[in-house]
Amino acid sequence: MIRSELIQKIADDNPHLYQRDVEKIVNTIFDEITNAMAAGHRVELRGFGAFSVKKRDSRMGRNPRTGESVDVDEKHVPFFKTGKLLRDRLNGK
Amino acid sequence: MSEKTLTRMDLADAVHAEVGLSRNDSAELVEAVLQHISDALVQGETVKISSFGTFSVREKAARVGRNPKTGEEVPIHPRRVLTFRSSHLMKDRVSHGNKD
Repeated sequence: MIRSELIQKIADDNPHLYQRDVEKIVNTIFDEITNAMAAGHRVELRGFGAFSVKKRDSRMGRNPRTGESVDVDEKHVPFFKTGKLLRDRLNGK
Repeated sequence: MSEKTLTRMDLADAVHAEVGLSRNDSAELVEAVLQHISDALVQGETVKISSFGTFSVREKAARVGRNPKTGEEVPIHPRRVLTFRSSHLMKDRVSHGNKD
């Protein structure tokens, strides 16, 4: 399923809404999650999962082609942990 | 980095502010979006949200695990796990946004 198919499903369930509003609604939800993480916040959606930001320490990396050492700066990466309910549903519980 | 936790309510508020639907309807739509994504995943589908990320279901084989406390061997049954791979756009935004 891709973004446009998700929008279509929501539009089909809600014939009273304009398609462009459904698009806005779906986009707002994903934008809000991304914005929160960009600000260093967590987004906890009980039953579904939690989006958080993890810190990766700086380290000495190596260029695999040349074998040369390179400094890799500390960075922050997005992380998702599946919620218990969804994890159980995936396994038919 | 100010650690704040957003919930469904904050997403519903954002929808309410952006589209002008009632808070109640906004909350129902947030739920509907999560429900449709979950349903697709439970069907074994991959959910690809452009410029956000990809949720995919992976099959894990059975293996023998060990209780780290007692050292006891326990069978781990085959199971399905969900993985999320963030898009480059999200990675860039999170990386830039959290720079000191």
